[in-house]
Amino acid sequence: METTQYLEIFIEESKEHLQAINENLLELEKNPEDMEIVNEVFRSAHTLKGMSATMGFEDLANLTHKMENVLDAIRNHKIKVTTDVLDVVFASVDDLEAMIQDIASGGDGKRNVEEIVARLKAIESGSNVEKKEKSEVREPSHSSEGNSVQYDEFETTVIQQSKEQGFSCYEVIVTLKEDCLLKAARVYMIFEVLEKCGEIIKSVPAVEELEEEHFDHRFTVTIVTKDEASEIEKKVMKVSEVEKVVVQPFADSPKQASDHSKETDHSDKEEKKKASAEKNAKDHQADGGKQRKSKNVSNKTIRVNIERLDSLMNLFEELVIDRGRLEQISRELNHPELTETVERMSRISGDLQNIILNMRMIPVETVFNRFPRMVRQLARELDKQINLEIIGAETELDRTVIDEIGDPLVHLLRNAVDHGIETKEERKAKGKPIEGTVKLKAYTSGNHVFIEVEDDGAGINREKVLKKAIDKGIVSQEEAEKLTDSEVFGLIMESGFSTADRITDISGRGVGLDVVKATIESIGGSININSVEGKGSVFSIQLPLTLSIISVMLIEVGNEKYAIPLSSIIETAIIKKEDILSAHSKKVIDFRGKVVPLLFLEKLFEVPKEEAEDDYLSVVIVRKGDKMAALVVDSFIGQQEVVLKSLGNYLTNVFAISGATILGDGQVALIIDCNALIK
Amino acid sequence: MSKISAPSVLKVIAFQLGDNEYALPIHQVQSIERLMPITRVPKTVPFIKGVINLRGVVTPIIDLRTRFGLPEKEFDDGTRIIVATLNEMEVGFIVDGANDVLDISEEFIEPQPEMVGEIEAEYITGVAKWEKRLLILLSLEKILEK
Repeated sequence: METTQYLEIFIEESKEHLQAINENLLELEKNPEDMEIVNEVFRSAHTLKGMSATMGFEDLANLTHKMENVLDAIRNHKIKVTTDVLDVVFASVDDLEAMIQDIASGGDGKRNVEEIVARLKAIESGSNVEKKEKSEVREPSHSSEGNSVQYDEFETTVIQQSKEQGFSCYEVIVTLKEDCLLKAARVYMIFEVLEKCGEIIKSVPAVEELEEEHFDHRFTVTIVTKDEASEIEKKVMKVSEVEKVVVQPFADSPKQASDHSKETDHSDKEEKKKASAEKNAKDHQADGGKQRKSKNVSNKTIRVNIERLDSLMNLFEELVIDRGRLEQISRELNHPELTETVERMSRISGDLQNIILNMRMIPVETVFNRFPRMVRQLARELDKQINLEIIGAETELDRTVIDEIGDPLVHLLRNAVDHGIETKEERKAKGKPIEGTVKLKAYTSGNHVFIEVEDDGAGINREKVLKKAIDKGIVSQEEAEKLTDSEVFGLIMESGFSTADRITDISGRGVGLDVVKATIESIGGSININSVEGKGSVFSIQLPLTLSIISVMLIEVGNEKYAIPLSSIIETAIIKKEDILSAHSKKVIDFRGKVVPLLFLEKLFEVPKEEAEDDYLSVVIVRKGDKMAALVVDSFIGQQEVVLKSLGNYLTNVFAISGATILGDGQVALIIDCNALIK
Repeated sequence: MSKISAPSVLKVIAFQLGDNEYALPIHQVQSIERLMPITRVPKTVPFIKGVINLRGVVTPIIDLRTRFGLPEKEFDDGTRIIVATLNEMEVGFIVDGANDVLDISEEFIEPQPEMVGEIEAEYITGVAKWEKRLLILLSLEKILEK
């Protein structure tokens, strides 16, 4: 079978299934008695196995199969859920992830899984040997002959009941032609035919997999009906591209003789309805029912390749530049009809912009979902008990931002687990609950998304931080006395600072927090620390919703135009020369009772221009956190939406410039990085 | 540029800078542009003239004269920007004029030149004598080194 065209879907879905397994396993660890969770994991593993077997990834299928056996044993109460058992299952999930990763990067997904398979087997055989036989049968794509179908308790009950009411139950084994092109379509047609004959109880592989063509050429449908076997066969054969149909009576237990099932009883319709209604109600919990249900909702979303969204975004960015140009022209021409049309177009493209930006938004969940595993692992290594609470995983952020925040968050979480949360003994001694809590919280507020990493650990010792900062020469003694708490805690993110007394594998090598800070600031965000000693700390990250289109204020200095992001601007003002004060030989102004330093952009940026004497100065008051500065400019041009562009790979680390944008006239304007200007 | 077998040919773009003729391998050159407005980027090294809008891509511009320590010259009608790419870096070079595209047999390329100016010597991979012309072959890697 030609499988390459499905490879992408296969990889995507495998990742989803593995993620689901991961999440459910963590859940299971908390509620080891909840068999519903085991069922969930089992379902994901089962689907994964079927898919990988169909795609020809034998190692993947093999390992999943062994894992499934263990899960099956758990499900049947043959094995108890313990941390050790889960460790092995987690390890095999790791292996599966590695294989999928390999396949995604063009490899063949082969991997030496003997060791882990042996461990899985050990667990499995440690419990019960006969289990194995049963689970072997569960493999649909591998069992070569007959496609024996395994029924769960519920399904057998339904079959039994319908038989008692005079229905027959058949297993219809359909083989499609080798060259069948639209297998999913054929499956659909066959299901329609069968649904007219009676009630479909189960199919192997499951309906979803059939619809997505995750099967070779054969599948089995179990059906309860009043029709004759030959009749069903004839009806199904009428669907084109069907190679062979075998209708065999359902034989589950010896007491149900096969000839009995062929009998057609004449029970009244009332009974039939009752039976099916009852069945439908139960279907909600049952495997088959769930998949049938999802058939109706599965078409509400589509998968779109990220690259297409990116090129859509790029095209739109071009449009934004032209929009800027058009707005400029219409202002110059001052033609009422043109102005009206341009305004209309601006509004529409504004809406379009929102939609496109929204399309690129993905929930932070995609980053968050790998953390529970990581925290669990760390806690085990450090012998701490930690509960990771994730709040607001559905909060959405632009993909470009999402790509950047993974590493900083890993770092902050490791930090919280390693340095934040105390050891069990310490916690006990302090009268805290032995289990530490780390909260990862995301929420939207205005044009920003906030992500907080909070722990209820030891907190930060203000004095210790200050002493170290002074020792390392990061601040002077005098400066240190004036710092606020949050400024002191901010010091731990300066480069060359680490308060960890001992170095562990996990964090505390003196690098890291400064990198976290740099990364977050490089994407236009900021980070703030709050801590109460003995109670815990909160690292709060503020992030922009998107990085690609931002609102700026255009200003002019000499002949040069610069853009200042609106997010940093507090307001613009015109001040009198005589209002300028001097403090410590620096020029400052009094802005609403606060002393704000004046920064002359022409001097900072060495703008070539003649000295012009003016009694008034135009200033833009910008902020970074609580700190402010007043940028002196020549004139304000106005507010505009611009597309943020990078300066390329050659020009890196340009002083106080975070990027560039292309203006309506085709010229490049640089975007001022206010964070770098305010010290 | 290893010399494997005899008549191996190097395709280059030849351009003028002062009295000398220089060349860059054509596979490193993306396009040749007329001069366009350059936005100055403050606080960068003197040979970085600024950035241009090259069909939607913000591209940094290096003045090769300044880079090689040659005297500055007013831009004129002949001034061109040669856009080159190296390791995903896209950079434009201001040159006095772009001359033509040449096929040079590698046998005419001599490795280490002695007679050219000292400052530019470090950016040079070789010299080619070609039909009475003297072409100085430049190393993009070294020019872009900081």
